[in-house]
Amino acid sequence: MRREKLTVGDYPLAEKRPEIVMGKRGKSLDEITLEAVLEERAGMEDLRITGGALLQQAEIARAAGRPTLAQNFERAAELVEVPGETVMRIYELLRPGRAKSKEQLLDAARALRETHGSSRMAAFVEEAAEVYERRGLFQRRF
Amino acid sequence: MTDAPHVSANRWKRFSDWDERPLRLDKFAVEDAAHGFAAFTSPHDPKPSASWDQGGVASMDGTAAAGFDMIDLFIARYHLDPEVAPEAMAMPSIEVARMLVDMSVPRERLVRLARGMTPAKLAEVVAHLSALEIAFAYGKMRARKTPGNQAHVTNAKDDPLQLAADAATAVAFGFDEIETTMRVARNSWSNALACAVGASVGRWGTLFQCSSEEAEELRIGMAGFTSYAETVSVYGTEKSFIDGDDTPWSKAFLAAAYASRGIKMRCTSGAGSELLMGFHERKSLLYLEARCLCLQRAMGVQGTQNGGIDGAPVTCTVPGGMRELMAENLIAVWLDLECASGNDARPTESEIRVGAKIMPYLISGSDLICSGMGSILAYDNSFNPSLLNGEELEDYLVLQRDFEADGGLTPVEETRVLELRKRAVEALSAIYEELGLARPTAAMKASVVAASGSDETASYVPREVALISQAIQDKGITVVEVIKALAKRGYREEAENLLRLVRLRVSGDYLQTSAVVREGRVLSAVNDPNDYLGPGTGYRVSEARRAELVAIRDVLTREEVLRAEAVHKAGEARRISYKTVGPARAGGHPREVVIGISPAFGIKLFQTVAGHPLSAILGALMDGIRVGGSTARIVRMRHTADTSFLGLSAARLAGSGVGIGIQAKGTAVIHQRDRLPHNNLELFSNSPITKLAHYRRMGENAAAYARGDLPEPVVVPTRGEAMGARYHARVSLIYAIETEMTAEGAEPEEIAVALPGATA
Repeated sequence: MRREKLTVGDYPLAEKRPEIVMGKRGKSLDEITLEAVLEERAGMEDLRITGGALLQQAEIARAAGRPTLAQNFERAAELVEVPGETVMRIYELLRPGRAKSKEQLLDAARALRETHGSSRMAAFVEEAAEVYERRGLFQRRF
Repeated sequence: MTDAPHVSANRWKRFSDWDERPLRLDKFAVEDAAHGFAAFTSPHDPKPSASWDQGGVASMDGTAAAGFDMIDLFIARYHLDPEVAPEAMAMPSIEVARMLVDMSVPRERLVRLARGMTPAKLAEVVAHLSALEIAFAYGKMRARKTPGNQAHVTNAKDDPLQLAADAATAVAFGFDEIETTMRVARNSWSNALACAVGASVGRWGTLFQCSSEEAEELRIGMAGFTSYAETVSVYGTEKSFIDGDDTPWSKAFLAAAYASRGIKMRCTSGAGSELLMGFHERKSLLYLEARCLCLQRAMGVQGTQNGGIDGAPVTCTVPGGMRELMAENLIAVWLDLECASGNDARPTESEIRVGAKIMPYLISGSDLICSGMGSILAYDNSFNPSLLNGEELEDYLVLQRDFEADGGLTPVEETRVLELRKRAVEALSAIYEELGLARPTAAMKASVVAASGSDETASYVPREVALISQAIQDKGITVVEVIKALAKRGYREEAENLLRLVRLRVSGDYLQTSAVVREGRVLSAVNDPNDYLGPGTGYRVSEARRAELVAIRDVLTREEVLRAEAVHKAGEARRISYKTVGPARAGGHPREVVIGISPAFGIKLFQTVAGHPLSAILGALMDGIRVGGSTARIVRMRHTADTSFLGLSAARLAGSGVGIGIQAKGTAVIHQRDRLPHNNLELFSNSPITKLAHYRRMGENAAAYARGDLPEPVVVPTRGEAMGARYHARVSLIYAIETEMTAEGAEPEEIAVALPGATA
């Protein structure tokens, strides 16, 4: 059953709605204790944010009247599972003059969409490709 | 040609005096819009405008969509809200400006309007406000209700032991965030680990960032050492942006990347950056910054570090520069962004300009008043000296107390700081040993714990740090290994603190606008929204918080003053005796001078504010009177403690009609029987700088007046010291002891003074 949309009254989630807060491997905050870390029942994997948590925060941001912040969280939710090296590679490609053609950015967008299911982020990169073409950013930079 | 007297002078020397002041090291620039030196308006700034067609925004601020640069495009697509813009853009700017300072117009209403305003419109509105109005509007519009502050924690050697100690110290002073950076870029991992450990000592919740190269910074964040980032810079012209090696899209992507790793992030922008980068397009500083800020809201970042930042010094060379920095901060919070409001790069050598710069922020509050304040000494600040550094941190604590304003910091006792510094250094050393990174010696640790700055340490130097930093990376050490090592070596509290901080990532609560951690709870604009609607609303300093703010060190109490006097009581008992011999009568000898002493003189009070024993003062006066050919008689006044009346009453009792009045604190006067009370012959009002020789000469002069002469008055030279600041608290306490002993109508008493130790 889909839960109700979160509102500012649910915030902070860790205090008000701890039952819906959990790490990547399903551990609740109560389970991510020092003992658990020392006994290696909890580790770095459990201390990462999840896409679900970002979408929850997006709902709260929207309820608090911050639609652009919500959009950022929604884009971020799609990057959670993208490996760090890939994230850094796409970031690098988006910097001025790194992509030598529009096609390179469109390829990156395609990979985001097809490999990682990141449709919002893919559209965002495609938009960048359009703008960069228009503003002449594919020219060679020394 | 003329014989008129010739005055030869080629300069009023006051200008030479002024030349020597630190202010003259500041260089000022002439207003010159064509070359980018204009704070609020330039003839080249566009007029506010916006229009729409089927395709979206058709024009903005005088540019048609076809001519939009990347910044325009991004703002038009993601910032400008078509639901609000027609209404907001049609409102007269002066009317909106008045709403910003109208306490009855709620913040939410203004935040909604900002979503429909173009950069030129936002700039035009705030340009209507005076500096006072901007400060007021800022206090009303900032997003989170409770103010906070950020510290820089760096040092000139990248010494990790010192970073740990200084991080713990900054945390103790109450900073909500600490930021480090390096002298040598490859030391970033060492800096990050050291600060993360130091910040876990004492309490948990201080957010931490390590400012480094973009990709490296994100990697350090992913390893769990840092909890926020703020050096994601944006610029107000396309060419500057490209020279900054980014675009709005790349930066927005980076913003999402940080959020995807559960790391809080804000952008950085500030007036003057485009000017420094040479691509200002002849626009005013404020207009370009308004573009940066609209862009940041468009990107969906929760906040901004703005208010000049690295461009603050150049902005402050322009007329209205400091007001402009305030205005751009106002636009930031009006756009509902968290604002780390600059007050970092030191824009002046003048301490007066420094104090003036910080004041509006201190009294209006800010999410992070400084971004950040140097918690370390200026020379240890690897970002460049801040507006305020470790040297001046205590001045800031006193300003909080003066204005009963919450600047985000709390005074800490000396002993507590020392404990925390030791603990931080020991904790980091234990981790180093545990993880096989290094073995700091006892001497290294001791030097760091005590050191005010890196000049005084005998610890790690940058090359050694580079090896540690490399080893942290090679061993793949993350925050989890550090937490384990802390716990294993007995630093369980620190291990818990560090784990709690990293665990913030799981819920992501601290990614919301203006989030900090207070008392173990996330506090942000969502659950602590600024609800200012006039007096009695918005942020108020609670009684408990006020008690913290006022608790600066070395505060004088009455008990302390009395204790200090009691120390001298025994010594004085050996040097002087006062024997009451009955009611004082008028004297008959024409050369007699009466010394009227105050009620507590030699009874409860034993030394002057200058530290002279009262026996010595009395001895000097009597000696001078005798040398001047008169005789001295001592009378204790009990009806008054006021210098003038002590003197006048003494004069009226004296056969010569000349008397000296003296208070225990050392203030003294020569008086004459038929003068008005406050029209005395001579007065020593600056007792702290009055020397025994002056009292002796006062005695001589009194004798001279007694024989009808007009001597050269004794002038106690002053160099303009702020005597009131130094002594008035103590003087008031001392004087109250005197006045408590007075009684209406109590008669003067004749005193027989014996000075057994005198070497007359």
